Amino acid sequence: MKEPKDLTYGPGAPDMRAGVFSNIGDRIFRGVTLVFGAMIMTLVILMVAEMTRNSTLSFRQFGLGFLSHSEWDPVHERFGAWPFIYGTVVSSLLSLILAVPLSLGTAIFLAELARGKLSVAVAFLVELLAAIPSVTYGLWGIFVLAPFLRQYAEPALAAAFGFLPMFRGTPHGIDMLAGGLILAIMVTPIISAVTRDVLMAVPRTQREAALALGATRWEATKVALSYAKSGILGAVILGLGRALGETMAVTMVIGNRPQVSGSLFDPSYTMASVISNEFTEATSDLYRSALIEIGLLLFLVTIVVQSVARLLVWRVGRRLKEAKA
Amino acid sequence: MIKKQKAVSAIQWARCLALTVGVVLLISSLGCSRDRQATISLQGAGATFPYPLYSKWMSEYQRLKPNVRIDYQSIGSGAGIRQIRERVVDFGASDAPMTDQDLNAAPGKILHIPTVIGAVVVTYNLPSVNGELKLERATLAGIFLGEITKWNDAKLRAINSTLALPDTAIVVVHRTDGSGTTNIFTDFLSRSSPLWQQRAGKGTSVNWPVGIGGKGNEGVTGQVKQLPGAIGYVELAYAEQNKLPYALIENPAGEFIKPSIGSTTAAAAGIISAMPEDFRVSLVNAPGRGAYPIAGFTYILIYQNQAHTAKGRALVEFLQWAIREGQEYASAILYAPLPIELVPRVYNKLRTITY
Repeated sequence: MKEPKDLTYGPGAPDMRAGVFSNIGDRIFRGVTLVFGAMIMTLVILMVAEMTRNSTLSFRQFGLGFLSHSEWDPVHERFGAWPFIYGTVVSSLLSLILAVPLSLGTAIFLAELARGKLSVAVAFLVELLAAIPSVTYGLWGIFVLAPFLRQYAEPALAAAFGFLPMFRGTPHGIDMLAGGLILAIMVTPIISAVTRDVLMAVPRTQREAALALGATRWEATKVALSYAKSGILGAVILGLGRALGETMAVTMVIGNRPQVSGSLFDPSYTMASVISNEFTEATSDLYRSALIEIGLLLFLVTIVVQSVARLLVWRVGRRLKEAKA
Repeated sequence: MIKKQKAVSAIQWARCLALTVGVVLLISSLGCSRDRQATISLQGAGATFPYPLYSKWMSEYQRLKPNVRIDYQSIGSGAGIRQIRERVVDFGASDAPMTDQDLNAAPGKILHIPTVIGAVVVTYNLPSVNGELKLERATLAGIFLGEITKWNDAKLRAINSTLALPDTAIVVVHRTDGSGTTNIFTDFLSRSSPLWQQRAGKGTSVNWPVGIGGKGNEGVTGQVKQLPGAIGYVELAYAEQNKLPYALIENPAGEFIKPSIGSTTAAAAGIISAMPEDFRVSLVNAPGRGAYPIAGFTYILIYQNQAHTAKGRALVEFLQWAIREGQEYASAILYAPLPIELVPRVYNKLRTITY
């Protein structure tokens, strides 16, 4: 299958980046956009530099042990970040496990099956969910979700799956499970809204071709999904980014206890939460420095997770191209 | 043709830009000239606990002195101390007194001006219990250390013989955000139990032996209200406004004291004879009859040598007003006022400020 040649991009297209700008307006335009692009880079570099500079005190004191130690004692100034790293990563992964199937289902329904006004209305509501402030989610978490988990969901889970270590312990309703759930609810609108847009962008011809070959509705949807794979992964990454950095709502329901526990019924703590909880009252220099180092770590964890996800997208994209060729 | 259009639009752009710059300059010069009519603007930052009172004071004071404008950012005691140390603000505010180390690191001598007193109450969730729960100091420390785990523990029953304490597990709930409330409460636990002093100590955030953390007074309240068997601590004002049940706490005189504005002020009155010159003192376990044992001053921090004459004078006048006339606003919004005997001493301290 030969695609129509794109004249603005790819080999043979006029190179916008080289010094072929005869027009003065184009040159200014190029300069201005270059400045904007450079600004993002500068911002990131400045942030890392500033956080590194401010966390040297803590780094000198604790070295790499900061990553692996589990104690967080502001009074005696002994700091370790491991429970926070663990809490952040596990709660975010938990939220994705819960949110991805739900979001994909919503998006497929909206893009492939729902028609007309229903689709528009539901899509609008999904986008509305994304705009609710996180403190509102948090309050709902404290007053509705946590009691529900404590009274009904967690005892039921413990009864059914109590043989697994992750469902053991006293159900308080304020724990890792509540944190993961609230994050799942918060990232679902983002993932489903973006996935829906990506699916809508799949050319009609793809589905029509599948249907014409005698495919069922589900098989045609599968064709569309595989066409949109990299975009959907992008949507999941966006949701993951939100989950990693979310502070307020998680703080309100996760229990804020710096511990590493295999059980979802035990309280936990995230990196963003400890910074927001303790930074304002961190009077000693070492304490402040340790909190800034946590900020730096959050930055690094986000970069690592996002890069891994990008790599996935890139590989999927390449495989798709190879399959096409 | 295209070139000509471009030239025209460039001229339009230039005109537009010149106009904008002109307008901005005009507005800013107007703003400056009005500022010069002796409006004094003071910036403060720090503790969140006294914020409702401070903002009340500032709006009342502006009515009295329209040319003095005071702004206060409630960004936390730690940040308040940092900002006054770096002279970012004209005054800082903190629930805990500054440490000697912090004071020495400051570029000038900083004074502590006590403004009001805060009390911390112990609230709990025992639906089946009617009547007032009494707590001994060692027992309370035992609960927060995780040594006493059931509500029908012998130590609790011995004091509360009239109450039918249930066989429920105790769930400890504490503040998770660094706060002056936690500082006062852990100060109390440290002075009541050597083991607590050694295991956790006192501070705005500590390493809690047991329990789950709630964010802010509202977070602790929300969790205590929902978990049967829970126990937590909040500010007196917050507990009163939300009609939370609270425990009577044993004081050093052996009485079980109900937290109130009166018993909190009594704690400060009890300590007055032992009050150091710089007012940096803990009100925890204050001596004297009727003194509630979990209380603490909240302070405004200012430099003794004010760099700016007009600002310095305005600040001192405001503080003199706050510790005298301002005190009457305190009890209306549930802050315990300074004891009468202390006010002249604080007033004299304010007079030592030079500007």
